[in-house]
Amino acid sequence: MTINEIQEELIEDFAFFDDWMAKYEYLIQLGKELPLIDDQYKTDEYLIKGCQSKVWLHADHQRGKVLFTADSDAIITKGLVALMIKVLSGHSPAEIADSELYFIDQIGLKEHLSPTRANGLLSMVKQMKLYALALQAKGR
Amino acid sequence: MEQTAVLEHFDVEKIRQDFPILTRKVNGKPLVYLDNGATTQKPKQVIDAIVEYYTQLNSNVHRGVHYLSQLATDAFEVTRRKLRPFINAAHEHEIILTKGTTEGINLVASCYGKAYVKAGDEIIISAMEHHSNIVPWQMLCEERGATLRVVPINDAGELDMEAYRAALNDRTKMVAVTYVSNALGTVNPVGEIIRQAHAAGAPVLLDAAQAVQHLPIDVQALDVDFLVFSGHKMYGPTGIGVLYGKEKWLDAMPPYQGGGEMIKDVAFEKTTYNELPFKYEAGTPNIEAGICLAHAVDYLETAGLNRIAQHERELLAYAGGRLLEIPELRIIGTAQEKSSVVSFLLGGIHPYDVGVILDKLGIAVRTGHHCTQPLMERYGIPGTVRASIAMYNTKEDIDALVAGVQKAAEMLA
Repeated sequence: MTINEIQEELIEDFAFFDDWMAKYEYLIQLGKELPLIDDQYKTDEYLIKGCQSKVWLHADHQRGKVLFTADSDAIITKGLVALMIKVLSGHSPAEIADSELYFIDQIGLKEHLSPTRANGLLSMVKQMKLYALALQAKGR
Repeated sequence: MEQTAVLEHFDVEKIRQDFPILTRKVNGKPLVYLDNGATTQKPKQVIDAIVEYYTQLNSNVHRGVHYLSQLATDAFEVTRRKLRPFINAAHEHEIILTKGTTEGINLVASCYGKAYVKAGDEIIISAMEHHSNIVPWQMLCEERGATLRVVPINDAGELDMEAYRAALNDRTKMVAVTYVSNALGTVNPVGEIIRQAHAAGAPVLLDAAQAVQHLPIDVQALDVDFLVFSGHKMYGPTGIGVLYGKEKWLDAMPPYQGGGEMIKDVAFEKTTYNELPFKYEAGTPNIEAGICLAHAVDYLETAGLNRIAQHERELLAYAGGRLLEIPELRIIGTAQEKSSVVSFLLGGIHPYDVGVILDKLGIAVRTGHHCTQPLMERYGIPGTVRASIAMYNTKEDIDALVAGVQKAAEMLA
């Protein structure tokens, strides 16, 4: 599936929730299910520091695809991190670099990407794209 | 401007009617505002004064001869006149209007530092200071080759007064501590702190940003040298604050910034500075906020700080008791003397997660390190959830908070 197909699927999934609570319960569930990042990457080197919650991000480049793993110390942030990984992980650097993430807005979670939230999520998305751009440049 | 009459006993419902924002909804739920440590809401008396300023008075102060300029100048100076008895300063010119608490501390660190602090000297702060009462002193110490000494706290969040006494010596050039901790709510024994500092020959700066809206302050009875606070945390406008300084210090220190207003005569060879308080008020001030702060002072005095303190004390005790009904909830900061703040953690749940759920329920709290990273480090926690109380809060607000935290506990467990 392309990045946009995955985004569409998530938008459809979230349309089933008729209140915020169901939506957040799902996010929390996603957060709990997110495969843990390998402990060796849970260091300052991989830390994206928000003012409030922390996010660790690791990227791997295998057979032309970028594979992301991540973790957060806050479970709701982790749920959102899981969504980002679902959408962006397993695609080529060019696809990731060129992607436009519109699903967060459409599923009504835009507030979490606001810079004032300081949860590290916005920086994480930037970091994912930067990583893809760097790989893309290296590949040329 | 007409003030709402507040009767002998504290009528919180009547107070609430003065705060228009309290009737709005957030995320479809009635707003429960418990982030007063960050900023308080404004009564209509202050809001009306802001509108009146721009519709009737707007003009620059202390300069023009024209009618409006005189009206604006008079109104601006009314604020200073009202602030003097509000904190019982000896003179009006000891009241310097600043942008806020942070600027007040920076001003003292800079001007007092230039005049008195040299290599080998020491500045004392406490382990519970807000970053704004840490960093300016750190910068000063770096610049001057002085040493910053930090008085530790116990697990309850109370200052270790033994350690404080031991830290004081003849190299101590300033003691800068908070009156009320923004993260823990601890009320420090400031009278004792000041007496001991003076015995060692050091002046004291009190950060009263979390105190001035909760308890009566008398700077002469305290004998404090500098006291700083912000307008926006005491029901007034944003962008205005107060630095009280004893006349002898304000006279002796050099000015903070150069510019208009702070000068008497300017020549390229030599400029002479204006007298107090204008010596420290370079440039056009925040006139609107300066004028309207007087209405916040009026409001606090009409409500009565003793009555406010009593009401908030009851609410704080109620909040503490009710929150502890929740399994695995622990309160961070359990000092004997506390004011207006209850900081807590829910088991191993990250405070950010609790804050997000509370926000969805229309409950505004602060989560995070509250600009006190060294303090959070002391407790080994990433931050707390902080509910901070103001005069318009009710037991119903606390009940909503407790129900919200219970909901968060269910969802996040």
